[in-house]
Amino acid sequence: MQSVEQRDEVEMLSLMLLIRRFEERASQQYQAQKIGGFCHLYIGQEAVVAGAIAAVRDDDYVITAYRDHAHALARGTSADACMAELFGKEAGCSRGLGGSMHFFNRQNHMYGGHAIVGAHVPLAVGLAFAIKYRGEDRVTLCFFGDGAINQGSFHEALNLAALFKLPIVFICENNLFAMGTSVKRSTSLKQIVDRAEGYDIPGEIVDGMNFREVRDKIAEIVHSIRKEPHPAFVEIRTYRYRGHSMSDPASYRTKQELEKYRLDDPITRLRAQLTREGKLTNEQFDQIDKHAKETVLASVKFAEKSPELPLDKLYDYTYANGAKP
Amino acid sequence: MREITYRQALNEALAEELERDPDVFLMGEEVAEYNGAYKVSQGLLERFGPRRIIDTPISENGFAGLGVGAAMVGLRPIIEFMTFSFSLVAFDQVVNNAPNMFTMSGGQFNIPITFRGPNGPAHQLGATHSHATEPLYANSPGLKICTPATPRDAKGLLKTAVRDNNPVLVLEAELLYSSKGMVEPPDEELLIPLGRAEVKREGSDVSIICYAQTVRLALATAAKLEEEDISAEIVDLRSIKPLDEKAIFDSVAKTHRVVIVEQDRPFCGVGAEVCYRIQKNVFDELDAPILRVSQEDVPMPYNERLEKAVLPNADKLIAAVKKVCYA
Ligand SMILES: Cc1ncc(C[n+]2csc(CCOP(=O)(O)OP(=O)(O)O)c2C)c(N)n1
Ligand SMILES: [Mg+2]
Repeated sequence: MQSVEQRDEVEMLSLMLLIRRFEERASQQYQAQKIGGFCHLYIGQEAVVAGAIAAVRDDDYVITAYRDHAHALARGTSADACMAELFGKEAGCSRGLGGSMHFFNRQNHMYGGHAIVGAHVPLAVGLAFAIKYRGEDRVTLCFFGDGAINQGSFHEALNLAALFKLPIVFICENNLFAMGTSVKRSTSLKQIVDRAEGYDIPGEIVDGMNFREVRDKIAEIVHSIRKEPHPAFVEIRTYRYRGHSMSDPASYRTKQELEKYRLDDPITRLRAQLTREGKLTNEQFDQIDKHAKETVLASVKFAEKSPELPLDKLYDYTYANGAKP
Repeated sequence: MREITYRQALNEALAEELERDPDVFLMGEEVAEYNGAYKVSQGLLERFGPRRIIDTPISENGFAGLGVGAAMVGLRPIIEFMTFSFSLVAFDQVVNNAPNMFTMSGGQFNIPITFRGPNGPAHQLGATHSHATEPLYANSPGLKICTPATPRDAKGLLKTAVRDNNPVLVLEAELLYSSKGMVEPPDEELLIPLGRAEVKREGSDVSIICYAQTVRLALATAAKLEEEDISAEIVDLRSIKPLDEKAIFDSVAKTHRVVIVEQDRPFCGVGAEVCYRIQKNVFDELDAPILRVSQEDVPMPYNERLEKAVLPNADKLIAAVKKVCYA
């Protein structure tokens, strides 16, 4: 078992850079109409997924909503497979059938990529149920947005998890907005974390721009869950720099607000911490960033030249045995 | 008459009904401050204020049910689903509460509510976001369903829906919002009755029965068929429920050949019902078996080429028409 402290921080910084460069490239390819449908970028929120993933084992379960490129990458899905998915290619992590909002990677325990707000939270509870049912010591990480906490499915899921004492961490990525609706306008609570209290689930607020704080807090929770299964809740305060999706100009918030968060950038912050401690030189950082850019650029080339699923396979993924009804 | 977009037509209908009846209000995600995810409610918050144009959290089951409750005591809610794919979260309210109430209460509580929003596949949104929900709802007695395909129908049907004393679903379409068409001027009251189809194009060789997004496809295809000397009559159902049997049968009696082109899936789809009624009532008028062009029976793939293969298109429609015409 890999202990948390062993996850190399420079490696996690590389992951955050990979996510950012991937999203920037995805944005560009979307504008070039190589990518279709809806596309939601994770830029600004990198420390949340990186911190959480740094706190768990590779065999723990991860599930999230539709802003999911980062979670797939963090779960070790290659940039090639992610970009190919956006391009709708067979080499994509969902064979080009899912698209941006439906990234899956069974092998790496990434259980999606779910586009109906709130709908995956009960699924996460099911994953956790299976862990307990089998007597394993895995943990489920369930990511969702601030917008999901007012869906009935969310509430039902929290109660079930608490009632059955399931090994799950509910991770609310509170980026202050659900599309154009601020948390203030959607939620009757002063703070989201209080939702957990209503179900007797321990909850905490975490600074999502601080990689180390996210990692340490989740590591602590996961440690406790492995000893004795129980649900936990973290409200991670973060911010998305871009609009809700590629088609949202985000005119509901001010430039000043965005600038405030940009100045607190999670990548810049971790870099500064590491540099200060002598664990990272500027040259090393540039090298890592260059590598991230190259990886992503290569993924575009890969996606471009990859084939699509042939038309005659259209019916192969409706039923598990491939039979036409 | 003047030319406006489908989006503007809906916006006018909403504004006129809000203006006319103080019991009408509009509620849904992003309808107020954001002016609607697809800008259908543009300007309404400014004009009617936050008491009547109401943003909600992402809680479809909650606010759909709120609407049904408010309708029980006489308000006339217009509930917007950002898309009808999300109405599935509120399925219980739309299917179990809204249409059953009148019967269950022995006629004491009618539910004058309008559920509206875009329905049907758009473009590469994948399986969760591409539902054509009309057959799901058509199977629920007590609901009325209309599917406007033009700006004029959008305005006239939405206004009628709001005035109806029953739950009515107005199934719009994302891909139609920016389409344009001629509509009566605002000072002329435009009400189009539910359950009334419209012949969008006269023809003599084959009846193409369509609705919603497939009307455009049918009209474009009819023009191509003309070049091959096949004269297609385009019957736009406009309402799925009630269904305008007379208009359908009249057209069949004229052309004796039928292709139904629908945006939903084949199994228990709208076309299956239309087909059943034609053969039951005017069997003798048919010179060929009825054919249907629908989606393929698979969850919607994201990949563009596969999505195209799933959806009805001109080639499939032409092939079906030629088959029924033995051409
Ligand atoms: C049931 C449902 N209703 C509405 C939508 C449309 N929608 C997609 S994302 C979104 C906002 C969600 O915001 P949040 O949960 O805060 O996540 P974020 O986008 O901030 O990551 C909405 C309303 C949806 N996908 N599913
Ligand atoms: Mg949010």
